[in-house]
Amino acid sequence: MKRLSRYRRHRAAAPMLLIMALLAIGTTFSVASATPNKSALALARSAVIEEGKQLFLKGCSSCHGLNAEGGAVAPSLIGVGAASVDFQVGTGRMPMADMSTQAMRKKPVYTPEQVAALAAYVASLAPGPAIPGDEYLNYERDGSVAEGGELFRNNCAMCHNFAGQGGALTQGKYAPTVMGVEPVHIYEAMITGPQSMPVFSDKTITPEEKLSIIKWIKSAEAEPALGGASLGRVGPVTEGLLIWTLGIGMLIGVAVWLAMKAR
Amino acid sequence: MTARERIAGNVANYVDERTGAAAWMKKNLNKVFPDHWSFLLGEIALYSFIILLLSGTFLTFWFDPSQREVVYEGSYQPLAGLEMSAAYASTLHISFEVRGGLLMRQIHHWAALFFMVAIVVHLMRVYFTGAFRKPREFNWIIGVGLLTLGIVEGFLGYSLPDDLLSGTGIRIAEAIIQAIPVVGTYLAFFAFGGAFPGEAFIPRIFIVHVLILPAIFLALITVHLMLVWYQKHTQYPGPGRTEKNVVGYPLLPVYMAKAGGFFFVVFGVTTFIAAVASINPIWLYGPYTPGQISAGSQPDWYMGWLDGLVRMSPPIETYLFGYTISWNILIPGLIIPGLMFTGLALYPFIESWITGDKREHHLLDRPRNAPNRTAIGAMALTFTLVALINGGNDIIAQQFHLSINQIMWFSRIGIIVLPPIAFVITKRICISLQRADRELVLHGKETGRLVRLPHGEFVEIHEELTPEKKWLLTSHEQNGPLELPEIDKAGVRRTDAIRNKLRSRMSAANAEVAPKVTSKDLNEIEHH
Repeated sequence: MKRLSRYRRHRAAAPMLLIMALLAIGTTFSVASATPNKSALALARSAVIEEGKQLFLKGCSSCHGLNAEGGAVAPSLIGVGAASVDFQVGTGRMPMADMSTQAMRKKPVYTPEQVAALAAYVASLAPGPAIPGDEYLNYERDGSVAEGGELFRNNCAMCHNFAGQGGALTQGKYAPTVMGVEPVHIYEAMITGPQSMPVFSDKTITPEEKLSIIKWIKSAEAEPALGGASLGRVGPVTEGLLIWTLGIGMLIGVAVWLAMKAR
Repeated sequence: MTARERIAGNVANYVDERTGAAAWMKKNLNKVFPDHWSFLLGEIALYSFIILLLSGTFLTFWFDPSQREVVYEGSYQPLAGLEMSAAYASTLHISFEVRGGLLMRQIHHWAALFFMVAIVVHLMRVYFTGAFRKPREFNWIIGVGLLTLGIVEGFLGYSLPDDLLSGTGIRIAEAIIQAIPVVGTYLAFFAFGGAFPGEAFIPRIFIVHVLILPAIFLALITVHLMLVWYQKHTQYPGPGRTEKNVVGYPLLPVYMAKAGGFFFVVFGVTTFIAAVASINPIWLYGPYTPGQISAGSQPDWYMGWLDGLVRMSPPIETYLFGYTISWNILIPGLIIPGLMFTGLALYPFIESWITGDKREHHLLDRPRNAPNRTAIGAMALTFTLVALINGGNDIIAQQFHLSINQIMWFSRIGIIVLPPIAFVITKRICISLQRADRELVLHGKETGRLVRLPHGEFVEIHEELTPEKKWLLTSHEQNGPLELPEIDKAGVRRTDAIRNKLRSRMSAANAEVAPKVTSKDLNEIEHH
């Protein structure tokens, strides 16, 4: 205290005090004036949530329950987060067309705004994984293709195939192709683990690594068929099919022609 | 004599005086080959082998058969900077930097598939026409040897690049070696020079793939062809064709031109397919690491049926005296293929034992005229096909939205139930076709022309067959069953009674045919 009071008659003391006072007033004012804005935002969000709730009650509650608590045929959605809703509804998997094996990717039933409303409603029930922002998805700028490929082969290829073409699981279930999927949906699938897929948390695969995986998938998608017709990139089965039909067919055709000409 | 003829004559004379080749050439260049498209199937295999030698030699100029770790610095960006084996890196180098390298790799791989397809189709032709009968049993066994070695050679070939798929295949091969009771683990250590994957395996299989097996192939193919040369080619039955002659064209110039031209057609078709269709895109598979695997990992088709057998086998293991016996791999991976190839190799001897036929045969059978043999062939093909389908069960499940478990159960039941059904159906079809032939010979071809007779009756005009056609439909042999005695002349049961009973029964089943038309039948018709 003594040290401070020694400067009270310093010539810089008065301007310093003035600056501090101004700062204090400014901060107080900005906090006070922000309050009405924030409540407006909350109001808008609650309107979106309300819209989402209405959509939910109409389109989802028959299976997932009136309060998203789940039922005999569908799981509870409390705590699944906005990312899950955006993935399932945004790729058209939900609402499900039939309940036999697993939800299929199809044309989405809801508009992007409606999907956002549903996601907001489900996210309001309990905290869960949020929809990743654009800073996580800029694969054109960030990430490494080679690292992404290595991660893909380590973590994804055993179900989704070496080129991301998808593969069969047990009892008619399957890992779908990852070709032609929106980056945001790939990211959401990794953090929410839809259907048979495990969750790849940020501790298992960091957000940067997730971005590299997306970068590799997009590079595989854009890669031209370097060796000619790709035959589906599913391995030797289609190659065998080609050689047993078109291949030997052509040669037997020529053999018949050769033997015929002699007559 | 023109100047040109004089010069050619002088050159020929010069060579002949020093080699004495003229007499040999004269005899052999006039050798006659019968003409039929199915006799060209074996040639497809031969020509594919030549293509494999040529393209394979090209690939060895750049391929580095080493499992040494290198960092990839080539032009394929999605793998840039990754650690991989020199084998994989050099295959990428061949694919992306060597001029024409990818085309050559694809020609080599497609030619390998053609080689195996042609061997199987050629084998089917030889089997279903009975061309393996005396005196060609040894050549049949050589052919089965070529088929077996071809499967091994193909497997080693696609294992060399050390990509993710090929490493998976080697891992399964290691598991099959390990499944051999008691010594399996030691054999696996011996083959891999230690624990999997080690650094020894790819250099070793490289030498087997490019030196040892091709040398054996060359030797076996040479003997195979020399035997065809020496024993003469078989021919289909027809007027003027007997067990003692060969009807066809002389080697020079007609047959030589055709065979030579066909080589270029096979080369052309292989190159065409290699140019337009990708095969084994190793850059997409990525380098092999034991910790990785891809969904839908498959072997090439000629190994696919073995993979299918392993996939359908139930998980049975026994633990005996401190050793685990993995029946689930031992039975489908070693015992069943062992039995199948042994049965295939011994088939000529089994058939001649059942029929008691020890004579030479140079005229081929029409498949319908040997119903039992044709039915056994259909049975074996059905078995293999069910196994092959199960080998691709994951791809089929994925593409057709089916359940992989249901396909597996279909295969498990089908592999036992379907072959006997195929046997019965094929045998009945053969005998029906024989009956149809009989009808045709006796009553002629239905012309569809209806004629009304003066008294009002309608009849259809039947056109009599040409003598050539009648000969074709009636010239085959029909030998009755063996009737071996169970009791000897003194009324005592023979020591080989059980064997004779079995053999007689099999012979009776084998001799079940629709009786062919005889001259007696034809005479009766004429007197009608």
